[in-house]
Amino acid sequence: MFGWEFPPHISGGLGTACQGLTTGLANCETEVLFVMPSASGDEDQSSVNIIDASDIETSETCRDVKEFLDKVQFIKIGSNLVPYLDPVLFTEVVTQEQEREIEEFKLSLGEKYKFSGKYGKNLMEEVARYALVAGEIALREEFDIIHAHDWLTYMAGVTAKRISGKPLVVHMHATEFDRSGKNINSEVYNLEKRGMSEADKVIAVSNLTRNIIINNYGIDPSKVVTVHNAVDFQDSKAVEIERGVPEKIVTFLGRITYQKGPEYFIEAAHKVLKRYPNVRFVMAGSGDLLNRSIKRVAKLGISHKFHFTGFLRGREVQEMFAYSDIYIMPSVSEPFGISPLEAMQANVPTIISKQSGVAELLNHAIKVDFWDIDAIADSVYGLLKYPALSKMAVKHGLDEVNSLKWDAAALKVKQVYSSLL
Amino acid sequence: MEKSICLYFQVHQPDRLRLYRFFDIGREEYYYDDFANKTILRRVADRCYLPANKLMLELIKKYNGSFKITYSISGTAIEQFQKYTPEVIESFKELAATGCVEFLAETYSHSLASLISEGEFKEQVELHSKTIEALFGVKPKVFRNTELIYSDTIGEAVSNMGYSAMLTEGAKHILGWKSPNYIYTNAINPRLKLLLKNFVLSDHIAFRFSNRSWEHWPLTSDKFATWISEALSNDEVVNLFMDYETFGEHQDASTGIFEFLRHLPENILSSTNFVFDTPSGICKRHQPVAPLHVPFPISWADEERDTSAWLGNELQNEAFSKLYSIEEAVKKCDNKEITNNFRKLQQSDHFYYMCTKFFSDGAVHKYFNPYDTPYEAFINYMNVLSDFMLRVEKPKKEKAVAKKTVIKNKSGKTKTSKKIK
Repeated sequence: MFGWEFPPHISGGLGTACQGLTTGLANCETEVLFVMPSASGDEDQSSVNIIDASDIETSETCRDVKEFLDKVQFIKIGSNLVPYLDPVLFTEVVTQEQEREIEEFKLSLGEKYKFSGKYGKNLMEEVARYALVAGEIALREEFDIIHAHDWLTYMAGVTAKRISGKPLVVHMHATEFDRSGKNINSEVYNLEKRGMSEADKVIAVSNLTRNIIINNYGIDPSKVVTVHNAVDFQDSKAVEIERGVPEKIVTFLGRITYQKGPEYFIEAAHKVLKRYPNVRFVMAGSGDLLNRSIKRVAKLGISHKFHFTGFLRGREVQEMFAYSDIYIMPSVSEPFGISPLEAMQANVPTIISKQSGVAELLNHAIKVDFWDIDAIADSVYGLLKYPALSKMAVKHGLDEVNSLKWDAAALKVKQVYSSLL
Repeated sequence: MEKSICLYFQVHQPDRLRLYRFFDIGREEYYYDDFANKTILRRVADRCYLPANKLMLELIKKYNGSFKITYSISGTAIEQFQKYTPEVIESFKELAATGCVEFLAETYSHSLASLISEGEFKEQVELHSKTIEALFGVKPKVFRNTELIYSDTIGEAVSNMGYSAMLTEGAKHILGWKSPNYIYTNAINPRLKLLLKNFVLSDHIAFRFSNRSWEHWPLTSDKFATWISEALSNDEVVNLFMDYETFGEHQDASTGIFEFLRHLPENILSSTNFVFDTPSGICKRHQPVAPLHVPFPISWADEERDTSAWLGNELQNEAFSKLYSIEEAVKKCDNKEITNNFRKLQQSDHFYYMCTKFFSDGAVHKYFNPYDTPYEAFINYMNVLSDFMLRVEKPKKEKAVAKKTVIKNKSGKTKTSKKIK
């Protein structure tokens, strides 16, 4: 299994999902070898073997670099396709190019390559190098199925498939359309599309994502399977916290980016505060729209009732949920969305956007269109004003969340594996 | 006729706020960063206040009454001196005893109250005047507003409080072709005289003294005296107004700023026909030449010389209007601690930290700013203000409850009386 991160060092939900899934797979007797770019050593390895790609030296077994390059040539997206060359010249150019590359690869991979494992500047380069190391691992290790999580690892997955000939499953946790809206990064899009085309099966985290995969990437619908994520709350305990403010608290928690729809939260807050002053709104998290959000709140003149906490870590997140009376996730596009489940687990009634994958699973959360600020404001008002409504949502919400188990999701994934063997 | 030169120094230190998080609202009553305040006070006292006061005392004794200087010390600075560096107060007292030093009145909390609330403005000025009289034995007769903020109406209010003169900026957009080197009067009440800062000469010392790329670097007292005698042959008064922290803090002692100051009186008295005087003396010695119309507030800050450094963007306007929206409620509380906190939250510095004018005067703003971004400054301030608003409202609520019970009793009585009838 190729991933990019694994708890405890995570920057998003991907690592948590990988942990949940591997644990679930271990429970249904599937052994998982988890490859990640940069392991720290303190990962929980009770149900999974972790390989740190930074520890793999490529030069030893990759003796025949030419053969390796032939297999992974697809990685160089179109770089050998020089237009206006006749076949003879083309062969020459390609040969030259290959010889040069062999030299380069020996140079750069003669020693271990240190991956940062972060989402940073040289991401594309790291993605490519990760794929090369993946080829090396594919030669060394024994396995039956290759499973790659998100576009960062698709090149690695495809390389491993080319070298080993084993079936490939790719797992879409988010698409480029979720991350960037209409202005997609075509490089990322191409990687995603290539990964899914080469794969034998594609797992989508929700029907919403599945539809995007079919419609926007043109992937054969029969190849795409939906397996909803789950949550594991073994280690999270209820946090008791003394509240300092008398008002009810409505919370937004997540990255403050286009995808999460922070502006709809602010506009809805403005509407609610006009009618119901006995409430405070909190926007927890940080992101590229943070400063714009602060400005907007100041402009609306509600900043005495609208607070920003900045980025919250570990226990602070639990505290924030304990502080909250209502949780809102107005995501514009959310492939799955694990945070409403965390909120419900902490007995907080939630309002989620219909444009989220988790909306397909939940019955006891209020669902609205992300753009419908009137509906959001209405729901907040209702939950605040009519205690029966929030009581109901809390009680059934908790049952609902507790029924979402990774074991069940893992079983579905295992079925996908079986269909390929 | 003898011409006058006025050396006026502003002494101010804000109460810096501690990192006050959303979770602290309603739970933590203390808003100030004692450690930062203490260390900064200690540092500035050692680098500036103590050595500068010592030098001033020497000069006053040396020139035996012909070297005069003027100070205004904000109430918040006085409070912090008393708390952390009482020897600074003692050295100011020594200076006061020479009779060659005039202390001016200002707003106690270095606030912008003159722009929004005449009542609060008056209270703070009275409080400051009393404090100065108690410390230095003389009741101030001349007024200087926070950041030299002035307008026709502010001048009128000051004159109604019994002050005969006021200091402000010789802003170009107000003066036009007129020279700042004369005495002017308020446009509404001609009895209030105005002393205008000569910002070119003042800023040579305050901002450009140590700038090596400045064409006149290095600035010597000799050169400065020549400029005054040559350029101002027809003018009457030169007002050099600056932060006291210029000496030793903004301009490090190693730049020679203290040596400049040490030799300035000698050069001016020997090679020009200027004498040193304080604002009160100057107003007696010279006649005003014309009224000055200032319909919109001006100040001594930044290129614009207006109030946009404190009230120039949405964040600042929002924080400012929210703060003064509770003025009534604070007065009703009639609680010493609440009033104290209200005053401290009015300090102009808090709003200065939220300034987004990074381009022209960013360097100066950054120097004074404990926050990385104006957004952080705003969030922190609003968190503190939200907590403060809760505290202000609390006693009010108790009172409201008490009133309700009274009303009930009354209605009960009326009912019974009806029955009797």
